Amino acid sequence: MRLPLADMYNTPDERNLLDTMKQGVIGKPLDRPEGPLKVSGTATYSAEWKIDGFVEGVLVLAGIPQGTVKTIHRDPVLAMPGVLAVLADEAMVRRSVQGTAGKAPVQDVHTVDYFAQPVALVVAETFEQARDAALALKVDYDDAQVPVAFDPESPDAEVEQPSDEEPVVGGDLDQAMREAAFSIDVEYHTPGHASAAMEPHATIAYWEDDHLILRGSYQMLAYNVKEIADCLSMPAKKVRIIAPYVGGGFGSKLGITHEAVAAAIAAKALDRPVRVVMTRQQVFQTVMRRSETRQRVRLATDAAGKIIGLGHEAHVSNLPGEDFAEPVTQATEFLYGGENRLLKVEVARICRMTAGSVRAPGEAVGMQVLEAAMDELAEAVGIDPVELRKRNLPGKVPVEGTPYSSRMLVEALEQGAAQFGWDKRKPAPCQTREGDWWIGMGVASAARVNMLTLAEARVTLKADGTALVESDQTDIGTGTYAILGQIAGEMLGLPISQVKVVLGDTSLPPGAGSGGSFGAISTGSAVMRACEAIREKLAKHMESDADELEIRDGMASFDGRERSLVELLDGKDIAEVGSIKPGKTLKDFSQASYGAFFAEVAVHAFTGEVRVRRMTGAFGFGRVLNAKTARSQCLGGMVWGIGSALTEELAFDTRDGHLVNHDLAEYHVPVHADVPALEVILLEERDAAASPLQAKGVGELGICGAAGAIANAVRNACGVRVRSFPLTLDKVLPHLPDPFASAA
Amino acid sequence: MVSSTAMAVVNGVANPLPADPRRTLLEWLREDLGLTGTKKGCDHGQCGACTVLVEGRRINSCLSLAQLHDGDEIETIEAIGTPDKLAPLQRAFVTHDGFQCGYCTPGQICSAKALMQELADGWASAQTEDLTARPSPTPEELRERMSGNICRCGAYSNIIAALEEVIAADADHQGTVA
Repeated sequence: MRLPLADMYNTPDERNLLDTMKQGVIGKPLDRPEGPLKVSGTATYSAEWKIDGFVEGVLVLAGIPQGTVKTIHRDPVLAMPGVLAVLADEAMVRRSVQGTAGKAPVQDVHTVDYFAQPVALVVAETFEQARDAALALKVDYDDAQVPVAFDPESPDAEVEQPSDEEPVVGGDLDQAMREAAFSIDVEYHTPGHASAAMEPHATIAYWEDDHLILRGSYQMLAYNVKEIADCLSMPAKKVRIIAPYVGGGFGSKLGITHEAVAAAIAAKALDRPVRVVMTRQQVFQTVMRRSETRQRVRLATDAAGKIIGLGHEAHVSNLPGEDFAEPVTQATEFLYGGENRLLKVEVARICRMTAGSVRAPGEAVGMQVLEAAMDELAEAVGIDPVELRKRNLPGKVPVEGTPYSSRMLVEALEQGAAQFGWDKRKPAPCQTREGDWWIGMGVASAARVNMLTLAEARVTLKADGTALVESDQTDIGTGTYAILGQIAGEMLGLPISQVKVVLGDTSLPPGAGSGGSFGAISTGSAVMRACEAIREKLAKHMESDADELEIRDGMASFDGRERSLVELLDGKDIAEVGSIKPGKTLKDFSQASYGAFFAEVAVHAFTGEVRVRRMTGAFGFGRVLNAKTARSQCLGGMVWGIGSALTEELAFDTRDGHLVNHDLAEYHVPVHADVPALEVILLEERDAAASPLQAKGVGELGICGAAGAIANAVRNACGVRVRSFPLTLDKVLPHLPDPFASAA
Repeated sequence: MVSSTAMAVVNGVANPLPADPRRTLLEWLREDLGLTGTKKGCDHGQCGACTVLVEGRRINSCLSLAQLHDGDEIETIEAIGTPDKLAPLQRAFVTHDGFQCGYCTPGQICSAKALMQELADGWASAQTEDLTARPSPTPEELRERMSGNICRCGAYSNIIAALEEVIAADADHQGTVA
């Protein structure tokens, strides 16, 4: 039965149903139900399924940056022990699929678009045989004759306006800058970043008649089946992907990539299951990079420090023909006031691997720069940086005039400041010295757009009084198993032990997938609506109104009458599919999650080494669905902020676009020793415009601005303002004050 | 060639070592013995996801060829505890949410188990001030000693909280935990 609820989310659902339920599991810091499997090594990731008789494929990467494959010397390799095939198929993909594309990327590996692009797959009986054969495979190329740019700053690079990102223009920014009481005009740089999920991309592919089955590590399965099907020119309904556990994604597994298509083609050619696991170096070199950025920020204020002009212009890069351009100014559009404004992004066409989504595309690098620039502005105006931010929060989104659905930024700044001890910060730099270390504090706002996307889920209330939640939604470490169970348990009045959640299989209803922080609220809303439909049926059995039906611990009560669910169900299951589609609420309101970061750093007076000593984040993202897993999402984001501030940087050879630091020894993600005890404050909030759950996204919020707080703390510690991330020693050292001078 | 009698004892069971000299200890555990709890994250000793205990000491199993382990006793995550019977260390990881995606987790736990023994044996680290005293499990010591295990989800502070709880319980009970 369908509820009279429109699928399309056009009007905020103000009923706030979850708060009227009686079970009391929603929001609780419950352990992840799959936790015991993960800590005992018994959760099965894609490469680990016991598929009978599978053989191993290893990709071969191009040794040139641009050109065409002339000859593949197959025969010597085919004569090596165990080698079964050398494949270089027109359907194999040159690039990774962008998130939510739902269609094939650029195909045919006979052309080389960037250095180290896959050009062939070698298949052998064992991994060692395939790896050695892949290394031995000789490929001859014809180099491209057309000159191409490898450096986004090269004058040869063609620069375009992205088709889907219109500049935001309001008033007259130049005039505002001229008339400002205080202003800054600064240029910042951020380097490319890698997702570097711990599980490398892996697929086992096998065919059952004309049906293709993939055990593949992907984030958005409903889109991924379409992408695979389009690559292979087959109907999507004949493709099934199974991925109950995904070892991290961070954008890199949004769309399908090289190994999945190659494995499917090889499995067909050999009529055997084929496994292709990309090496760590291959993942770095061929999947997705976050674009480097050059950002110009202009801020103009009146005498009271109120922003009257705001400019944020970004230069990013991607391969020719790619629609994606890092949406650097996404949060700048709504965060601070200033009607005179110019926000725009331009993209340079260069020859490096595909640029795409890496955790929090846009805000991850846009916010860290904007927030560092805000710190510079606070200094110019001469007011506390927390106060500057509070003074500049507009009532409606500048230029477009949209109202905010909800915004906990003031609360985040105030509660974060109180908990952190911001009042102990000394406004001028170089005031605190402990031994060889300068100590300083910095603040930044956090902001990340909120999105609701298309999602379905099925909930079955079984005759035995337990519930089953099913969707192809993935849990990539996000806590999806936990929160979907909590939503169903709350709505159906069941203890969490009575709810089972099954995910990551495209034979189940299509969830939103894990990306853009929208998985929990979108698929969670679908689960909630399926439960509403079940409650309607139960209410009929109870001769009550669904809104007034109370269920707790499997006992339904209405008007003084009480009956167990098992009794009401009378031996029959109730199964309902719930769904949600984004609607008018997305346009009628500016929706975002907000927060604030406070960091204390130590800067070594002689070497310029920066250590984060402590960090506090306060976040408001609507309803908290599980306080434990939500906190972990925030923690993880802050760790990414530390990496982005201090160590992470993709280094490219500008002569050929070759990625130099293509592994975890040379691309430095934070390790235990880099991360102090982090403090997270979750601010309870209800946002009906965001979703029927009154929840917003939290998966990416913790990174959005975090690196800015660290850079600002470095400035406060030692007086050095670095406008090029990461803040490595070489950039800090030349500007340090005399280390032998005592604190000013 | 490896002798046909070359064996290693894995989680208490003797197994013949593989014939292919290129096979790493990691591949052997995962592919030949089906012990996929040990993860391959980089295959170059850079991430720690493949950490196992060999003769009680933690190593990156991807950096060691299987044939080198004739006669060795090897312990993997599967022997530390099962979903129905978790070891205290595993239980603490669940309680403190010391993981998200779970891929680095078996390596973190194997590393943490060995770390506790190293502390008990008085091994110093770069963080240890007094090299003659038994090192105390300060957060700095624990972070230093766990830094060979990368967690990209960023569960570090929860992992340290889990370790602190288990080490404190261990001290209280004077027994061996984990």
